Amino acid sequence: MGNIRTGAQILWESLVREGVTTVFGYPGGAILPAYDAMLEYPIRHVLVRHEQGATHMADGFARASGEVGVAVATSGPGATNMVTGIATAMLDSSPVVCITGQVGSKLIGSDAFQETDVTGVTLPITKHNYLVSKCSDLASTIHEAFYVARSGRPGPVLVDITKDAQQSSCEFVWDDTPVQLPGYRPELRASEAEYQRAMELINSAKRPVIFAGHGVMLSGAMDLVREFAERANIPIAMTLLGIGSFPALHPLNLGMMGMHGEAWVNQAIQEADLLLAFGMRFDDRVTGNVKTYAPNARKIHIDIDPAEFNKNVLVDVTLAGDLSNVLRDLLPTLERGDRAEWLSAISEMKGDSAVRDVQNLPDSGHLYAAHVINDIWRMTDGKAVVVTDVGQHQMWEAQYYRHQDPRSLITSGGLGTMGFALPAAIGAKLSRPDAEVWVIVGDGGFQMTMCELATIAQEKIKINVAIINNGYLGMVRQWQEFFYERRYAATPLLSPDFAKLAEAFGLRSASVSKRDEVEPTIEMARSESGAVVIDFKVDQEDTVYPMVPAGADLDAMIRRPSLSPIVETADD
Amino acid sequence: MRHTFVVLVEDKPGVLNRVASLFRRRAFNIESLTVGHTEIDRVSRMTIVVDTDVNGARRLEANLYKLVNVLRVTDLTNKASVVRDLTLIRVAATNETRTQVMQLVDTFRSRVVDVAPDTLIIEATGTENKIDGLLGVLEPYGVLEIVRTGRVAMSRGQQHPLDSPDPENEEMSTEPDDNVSYSV
Repeated sequence: MGNIRTGAQILWESLVREGVTTVFGYPGGAILPAYDAMLEYPIRHVLVRHEQGATHMADGFARASGEVGVAVATSGPGATNMVTGIATAMLDSSPVVCITGQVGSKLIGSDAFQETDVTGVTLPITKHNYLVSKCSDLASTIHEAFYVARSGRPGPVLVDITKDAQQSSCEFVWDDTPVQLPGYRPELRASEAEYQRAMELINSAKRPVIFAGHGVMLSGAMDLVREFAERANIPIAMTLLGIGSFPALHPLNLGMMGMHGEAWVNQAIQEADLLLAFGMRFDDRVTGNVKTYAPNARKIHIDIDPAEFNKNVLVDVTLAGDLSNVLRDLLPTLERGDRAEWLSAISEMKGDSAVRDVQNLPDSGHLYAAHVINDIWRMTDGKAVVVTDVGQHQMWEAQYYRHQDPRSLITSGGLGTMGFALPAAIGAKLSRPDAEVWVIVGDGGFQMTMCELATIAQEKIKINVAIINNGYLGMVRQWQEFFYERRYAATPLLSPDFAKLAEAFGLRSASVSKRDEVEPTIEMARSESGAVVIDFKVDQEDTVYPMVPAGADLDAMIRRPSLSPIVETADD
Repeated sequence: MRHTFVVLVEDKPGVLNRVASLFRRRAFNIESLTVGHTEIDRVSRMTIVVDTDVNGARRLEANLYKLVNVLRVTDLTNKASVVRDLTLIRVAATNETRTQVMQLVDTFRSRVVDVAPDTLIIEATGTENKIDGLLGVLEPYGVLEIVRTGRVAMSRGQQHPLDSPDPENEEMSTEPDDNVSYSV
């Protein structure tokens, strides 16, 4: 019994043994014993300004590196503030461990000060959660929590620790052997018959399309996907979270699919005879109307989570398992193919798309978001880690920043959480200090979590923030334009002077409203050693094209008018 | 159609909540849910009845397996199994009607477990159909109160849920079993 520690010490001892070096958190009464003990351990603690930021930072940390991100908060409001961040991580399968303090175990159920049933609140939005009320359960629970968070389909795990469990002492026992959970099956394996059916469909397909989802990166299957696509000459379409899993400039890369996917991508899907879904889940933003979705295509669904099979779209073959393992099993029987006819048919579908591109409009003095994003892409050589928020700028980023590398786009896809970008970028930068990190965020989303500018200043975090400021909640405004007769209810948005605001936090800033100022300002931001906030004042009523209205057929797209009414004169 | 699942879970705090929450979260309606201890230490057994189609049942099974504390899920719907519901019925019974009521109870192979001057409590075990039948014939006498456990089920023969195919090794079967039998 020589190894006696307090629960608080055991918490940090266990986190350090799980490889944790950085945590994002905010102290408070019920977690104070843990904070006191933290000073004895080699942990960098980032003090956030709101606990939502802590979970987004842990999430960004996890997405940029593949390592588990850790967020810490106190009981009650501290923990409930984490809820949005936890749900964000859940929907996007991000491995995050949240540690929350809880009131003393004798007070549970008494409505004590800052008491909330946090395991109850987070039950449907965590992969699993724990309430620890005994010191002796702490080490094994932390070990288990990390295992559950990162294995199988990753996700957030919350560990709620009572104050008395942190304060009391017990022997510290660390069991380093792999966790054995009797009911937990992180990976299944499909039958040989399913593999055979899959290979028959693949080898005989004339017009196949591969879908690359987030699972490609989570599984680390980028090279295998590439080998698969190149050998059989199958073009690849990406989901929003799949961007980066296959190089954007590779000739087989079609681009993003779905609601704001390029026209030819959606058209190719509708004409395909086989869809190969790699680690994606046929989200409604991807499929449009499921009744008319890919009507000619057989569908093969590969996913680590069998609960995704036949959920939104009925498929012909399901292959459960880690994508890398499944592809390794499929590759030996994959036949070479040229599929020249199909690839040239897709090229023809591209048609006049290029001339519709806002990039190719003459400079009328107006600044469009596309120009800003395209310039950031060009000047960073496509090598930056870009963290986006939710809305129009998110879709423009997906269209105009050509991501070559995995984990180089970090964005809230499933939950669509405004306010995600700024804190997530802080986490991304801390997990990959050598990466150039850019935040691309709207004026609406930025104001949801802009308090984290103080975190950036205090922690001296070098990131660049490009605010795409159009004075509207732009994506909502766009829906109002198309579907609500331009009745702009609650979308015009008055914002502070973002440049002055950044200065108030002690950060360098700039304000840009002309196309020729974009490049030098990006250059300035890149050469500056501290964080830079740039307020790009862009065209107010620009629209994301193409657009498949929610629930419409995938090929029923609203296209950018080619004789565009948005080509204005400089003085209108 | 109605699906009957037997779910073995770790006996830990909050597990019932996790399972019930999953059904609500995925918009499945639970018709009945029973839970109790098993012959295995720290393992509880739930019998859950849900109205859903074959694909829904398969997804439900996959979702149940995602809960860390769920050990085994067996869909007994198309398997030969013994299915029972336990019911207590308080029925009005005066001196004039008591004998008639007790004869009906005998016919349904049920028992009277409490006698009061104006009422009887009847304990009935059987399939839901049988109990519905008993309730039907008692109705004219005045059914004052009922409590039903909901369905409990066990597969026939020697197969224990833990011996049934594990999804790790075998595809989940949705094929119907031909020797379905429901005896009273």
